[in-house]
Amino acid sequence: MSDTLLEIDNLSVDYETERGDLKALRDISFDVQKGEIVGIVGESGCGKSTLISSILRLTAPNTRFRQGEVRFKGDDILTKTERQMRDLRGSDISIVFQDPMQTHNPVLTIGRQLVDIQHRSKATKAQKLDIAAKMLAAVGIPDPQARLKQHPHEFSGGMRQRIAIAMALMSEPDLLIADEPTTALDATLEVQIIERLKDLQSEMNCAILFISHHLGVIAELCDRVVVMYAGAVVESGDVREIFHDPKHPYTRRLIECDPGHIKTRARILPTIPGEVPDLANLPDGCIFRDRCEQATDRCHQVPALEKLKEGHFAACWLNHHEEAAT
Amino acid sequence: MSKSRSELSIILRGVAKDPLGLIGLIIVGAIVISAIFAAWIVPYDPIGMNIPDRMQGPSWSHWLGTDNLGRDTLSRVIMGGQVALKVALPAVFGAMAIGLTLGMIAGYGPRWLDNLLMLFFDTLRSFPTVMFALAVVALVGPSLQTVVLVVMATSIPTYGRVARTQTLTLRNSEFILAERAMGASMVRILGVHMLPNIIGVLGVLAAMDVPTVIALEAGLSFLGLGVKPPTPSWGALLKDGYALIRQTPWLVVGGGLPIILATLGFTFLGESLRDVVDPKLRKNR
Amino acid sequence: MSAILDVNDLQTSYGSVNVLAGVSFSVQPGETYAMVGESGSGKTTVIRAIAGLAPAQAGSVKFDGQEIRGLSERAMRPLRKDIAMMFQDPIGSLSPRVTVRNLITEPYRIQGMKEKDIDAEAKRLLALVNLPSHFADRYPYQLSGGQARRVGVARALALEPKLILADEPTAGLDVSVQGELLNLLNDLRDRLGLSMVIITHNLNVVRHIADRMGILYLGRLVEEGSTEAIFDEPRHPYTHCLLSANPEPDPDAQLERIALKGEPPSLLMRPSGCEFRERCPVASDICLQTPKWEVNNDHGLRCLTPR
Repeated sequence: MSDTLLEIDNLSVDYETERGDLKALRDISFDVQKGEIVGIVGESGCGKSTLISSILRLTAPNTRFRQGEVRFKGDDILTKTERQMRDLRGSDISIVFQDPMQTHNPVLTIGRQLVDIQHRSKATKAQKLDIAAKMLAAVGIPDPQARLKQHPHEFSGGMRQRIAIAMALMSEPDLLIADEPTTALDATLEVQIIERLKDLQSEMNCAILFISHHLGVIAELCDRVVVMYAGAVVESGDVREIFHDPKHPYTRRLIECDPGHIKTRARILPTIPGEVPDLANLPDGCIFRDRCEQATDRCHQVPALEKLKEGHFAACWLNHHEEAAT
Repeated sequence: MSKSRSELSIILRGVAKDPLGLIGLIIVGAIVISAIFAAWIVPYDPIGMNIPDRMQGPSWSHWLGTDNLGRDTLSRVIMGGQVALKVALPAVFGAMAIGLTLGMIAGYGPRWLDNLLMLFFDTLRSFPTVMFALAVVALVGPSLQTVVLVVMATSIPTYGRVARTQTLTLRNSEFILAERAMGASMVRILGVHMLPNIIGVLGVLAAMDVPTVIALEAGLSFLGLGVKPPTPSWGALLKDGYALIRQTPWLVVGGGLPIILATLGFTFLGESLRDVVDPKLRKNR
Repeated sequence: MSAILDVNDLQTSYGSVNVLAGVSFSVQPGETYAMVGESGSGKTTVIRAIAGLAPAQAGSVKFDGQEIRGLSERAMRPLRKDIAMMFQDPIGSLSPRVTVRNLITEPYRIQGMKEKDIDAEAKRLLALVNLPSHFADRYPYQLSGGQARRVGVARALALEPKLILADEPTAGLDVSVQGELLNLLNDLRDRLGLSMVIITHNLNVVRHIADRMGILYLGRLVEEGSTEAIFDEPRHPYTHCLLSANPEPDPDAQLERIALKGEPPSLLMRPSGCEFRERCPVASDICLQTPKWEVNNDHGLRCLTPR
């Protein structure tokens, strides 16, 4: 049996709108191995949210799957029935959302919510409460037995996000999708959550698909990185290769732009001029062409996501040139 | 100017796309047009008596028959529509304008003013509408103006409360803080920046309120407290028909059907408007 | 040179919650001052209280030598020309049903400057923040976060203020756009001689824009100094924790991370002695005493066990 847990293969997703089809995802391909942490990096409009909702099949009514497959443990998720999907969500695949303030039901106690989520288990209520308390302790919430009786508003934002993680891990999922889970938190809490996530991941050995626009967090947490831009994967590979030897100009520029990189005061910070193209009215050729300083005539054709070496892919003509030269 | 026109056309197009909204739009349009041109459309004089033709059933010359005084029912229905709108529109718009102003002041002004206005709203609302109407009619006698006044007074609190809630949620939003930071006056903040964001919700409420007011006018007229005879009114038609239900059942149909149609039409339109105006839903369009 | 803004012992309470427990700092003309703190530190209240948008029960706020704390809206209005604000949410701080043209020229209308040519001014301001002039006809919902932020900057600059108060000016912006905004603010500051107070939790941003900075914890400054001094030689353990809690965009970065225990305590139950004591990695018995604010070589500190 292979070790591939999630495999996304040539996935293209459109949204039908009044202005025509919005090509939200185009030819997305990447995979997640068992027990691996894969980071997805991208700025607003890159298609992160569409990707997550496609994997969970929680898409808006105007979504159209144009091509490709999303295989989870070898089965295509896109052809599953709604019932099969429900069995999958919350047991094999769990998710932690961005906003910890809106994740919990405000009128139920945390204990009740943590018990409810175990509805598939045959354990008694007392046993379930016990498991819930252990889980809260595992995510670093002090005095869990007493905390179970409290309502969400009695917890701070950082605490609520820990509880959300506890809930997501309760079913011991094979895949945890974390959608910008630390964006709404302060840096000191962000660090605490990331370290906790790392510990839990190595304990439970679940795979994590970690979505973030924060390069520092991705660099610290992930084994592999997928870089997305305007609905396409522009580069993917081992975290060190992506950060130390990026092969796509967008990846390179993105890393340069992160002010965390620049240790002395800069009068002029690097930027990527221009705007993300309109997905309802795509320009021909490479999606990054208009903002790329190295664009040439070849870039009027769409570059495919090429394998540069084992596990490192990039969609840029510049790499073809290097091949030809050497 | 071009801005408000394009906004209106966006809203109308949105409503027309929704099947129920379209039905609502057609019914409301038909009622409004027939009310405006009532004097030219009516086949017979809706008020003048014509005893020889009394109590006829539906026929080619009288589609909805005639009443006990020989008046053409269809003509009276059309004129009745005009009367209904004459009551409903000023009452609803008057209540909306007053409620909106007071509600925004309550929501934005100092706490004591808010408390005072809320007390005023609650007092107004604590009168049962019909009792209130009876009292006013007893004082000044039944007339169109009385009905308008009563309806307006009793629905001001609804608009006021909604406007107040909306204002309260908006008042701490960053764009209002930004206006305050620039030194904008209260009038400017309320009129230029709050009003456009509140009016949509109230407009929807108003559209849904029109049939209530029409029914209320009909009810008062049915009780003989509304418009004075011989002015035709849907409620009065219903009352006449009710008295003669064994002889001329079509009178009840003539009075009842337009009330049902108007209620459905304005409600459909209101619900569809709500979907179009709601910014959360609109974003996804 | 006298300070453009001089805040002294500013205090704000909402009921029994003491949000600002005496904040003092000053900003010189042409200087950018950054106030750094986590959520709940009271940093947003600081600038709102300065601008008269939040109550301030005690202390003093002097703008250009004039006391402005507690002024009525009416008395404050002429001063609003000189003090402009920018809010956190780039799109949410723009009135949703107003065009960009009217948004950025709103200050002229509020200040009653009827002689201004609105169209020409809108064009000039859009050019100032590098937006094409056809943006004048757009509505806020048609703008990206970066564009909306520029509109906010244009509006803040309309009346050529002396001081800009900016609340998280880079919040909600992508990194590729964040740099543009910082460059723009730096450039405008140089060209127009603006003074700025920037409120943020993003230390990466502070380094590139601020001349001086203060660290706020539970409504009190715990450390203050030049940006270089704070980054190179932080003295307060809390500052240390903040600086080390900044993940590096480098998978091989060797982080000597100083773990911060727990979360900020509730403002309703301020700890006795040093208020950072319970979370501090180096606290000792001496920290049961209340530390005083001490200034050495322009470097302010409130700590009994500095590094």
